[in-house]
Amino acid sequence: MNRIARCFADLRRAGRKALIPYITAGDPRPALTVPMLHALVRAGANILELGVPFSDPMADGPVIQKACERALAQGMSLRRVLEQVREFRQTDAETPVVLMGYLNPIESMGYDTFVAGARAAGVDGVLTVDLPPEEAAELAEPLKAAGIAPIFLLAPTSSAERIRHTAKLAQGYLYYVSLKGVTGSAALNVAEVADKLAGIRALTDLPLGVGFGIKDPPTAAAVAQVADAVVVGSALVARMGELADDPDQMLREVAERVGAMREAMDRSGPAKD
Amino acid sequence: MTAKALRNPVDFSQFPDRAGHFGRYGGRFVAETLMEALHDLDDAWRAYRNDPEFLAELDADLARYVGRPTPLYHAERWSRQLGGAQIHLKREDLNHTGAHKINNTVGQALLAKRMGKTRLIAETGAGQHGVASATVAARLGMECVVYMGSEDIQRQALNVYRMRLLGANVQPVTSGSRTLKDALNEALRDWVTNVDNTFYMIGTVAGPHPYPVMVREFQAVIGREAREQMLSDYGRLPDALVACVGGGSNAIGLFHSFLNDSEVAIYGVEAAGSGIETGRHAATLCAGRPGVLHGNRTYLLNDANGQIIETHSVSAGLDYPGVGPEHAWLKDIGRARYVAVTDDEALRGFHDLTRIEGIIPALESSHALAYVTQLAPTMRPDQHIVVNLSGRGDKDIYTVAKLEGIQL
Repeated sequence: MNRIARCFADLRRAGRKALIPYITAGDPRPALTVPMLHALVRAGANILELGVPFSDPMADGPVIQKACERALAQGMSLRRVLEQVREFRQTDAETPVVLMGYLNPIESMGYDTFVAGARAAGVDGVLTVDLPPEEAAELAEPLKAAGIAPIFLLAPTSSAERIRHTAKLAQGYLYYVSLKGVTGSAALNVAEVADKLAGIRALTDLPLGVGFGIKDPPTAAAVAQVADAVVVGSALVARMGELADDPDQMLREVAERVGAMREAMDRSGPAKD
Repeated sequence: MTAKALRNPVDFSQFPDRAGHFGRYGGRFVAETLMEALHDLDDAWRAYRNDPEFLAELDADLARYVGRPTPLYHAERWSRQLGGAQIHLKREDLNHTGAHKINNTVGQALLAKRMGKTRLIAETGAGQHGVASATVAARLGMECVVYMGSEDIQRQALNVYRMRLLGANVQPVTSGSRTLKDALNEALRDWVTNVDNTFYMIGTVAGPHPYPVMVREFQAVIGREAREQMLSDYGRLPDALVACVGGGSNAIGLFHSFLNDSEVAIYGVEAAGSGIETGRHAATLCAGRPGVLHGNRTYLLNDANGQIIETHSVSAGLDYPGVGPEHAWLKDIGRARYVAVTDDEALRGFHDLTRIEGIIPALESSHALAYVTQLAPTMRPDQHIVVNLSGRGDKDIYTVAKLEGIQL
């Protein structure tokens, strides 16, 4: 079983929900990425989303745009992200790692080289923001053959037909984008998300993650009541950027934020499903 | 080149396919949050593209507001001086707002109105598409936001002021390289956030399907007219077409009606900037390789790691690291040939046309003119070249003066 599937199965048995922090690889310093990943796990993260920096992150708000710019300015590349995952794997064989990014760096490396490299490094899932299911077969099939889950986004505007089609291609989990906008936008509306997730659950058995707009422990706890996973990105990345010059404080404070979300999610208890 | 096209007959009317593919290029590479908006746009476009009422309104606007048809002007003096083929200028510079861009914005505005949208957004590089967007928005009484790289705002102060006069909100984009590609990113981010009431007017034949085909159809009026004008004035088709290529909308607009005429040679002229060998250029088809950016698969200028690189051209309108997917496909199948001329060559073309024919061309169009000065002398005087004079050069006189050390 893929590490992602095992993770969700374990959590379900324990009546808990997955907490998925996102950080941009190489930001604010390439040397801090692997220590940050370990710190996130210690703070209660169940799955790690590692952003692959791209020069033109069209679906991201200013916080992650700046993170990409900082990382690229220090020579980050898809190849180096894979090296970081390999390094992380040397001391953590359990926590699933999902790469999140844009298609062009993968196209540039070549699908076969990328899939082989991701597999060797210990990547468990790949979410390519600008690769909708219609264009995805060419990448999704080799990923699946290598035991790596292709992960796809769903939006408030996705029709039932699209949800069904996407679910057929996807593995791991489906990532529901909780609002119209880019990453780091205004807070989400939990009631609307609950409604939409109920509709998606009628169409698929895959775990459902929710992201975009989750900034604090109360929101994380509320979303955990209705989703299988809570994704938090910009709220962490913004703080990492601010504390770039004080790495110890950065690791401590970001871990504290994740720990507070973890605690709030667990305190709110097992959800109804 | 023409011989190769003859050996590989393609029915160009069959492209793109239903999902917007030109061979392996084009398609829809956007986040899920935009997919429904693109489907809605595609549905509206397909409903109206052959609707007699829509087309009648479009034709009336093109005639009475834009000023079409534009003349096909025989540049006799310049042809004689170059001593080869007869050169004909398709005078898109005479359109309202001074460039071909308005052919597209008038069309997209009619579509936006029918879709019930109340807010227009656009990206712009040189500012011509921004001005054309602000113009139609003013006419329809719609809110208009134009995203423009802060670098380009500096270079094109005149067009920025024109947009503001027209009531548009010009938003400076300070991310990335602060040019056209970043303006496009920012416009996409706006669209994804305000998708309910907002219509995104892309200014070139790039972006996710249906933009490349939709913009082509609105610009194809250029080639339809040029074809009729050659046939009625000379009783024959031209031997060659020449147009500059940034994103490629004026070029596709001229080329499209001639694609099935395999005896017509087609040349797209890219910006070689300081020279392709210097790395400071925007010659995507000549020096790039296929990748995915801004919603479509096409040729791109990117580094070994797939990061988009900064481009350079004296002309802001050609300063873009991608190109329309149909051009990528026409290059691969050999139907069109893509070449590049440097900033210096383009500037010579700019001065030549100004002094010899009394027409001040846009720096973008000057790239096409520069290639004509190379091509025409290799042809016979009984042969004909149609070159797209895609815009007028008023917006560029500050740039040209500055390059020559003159303070205006």
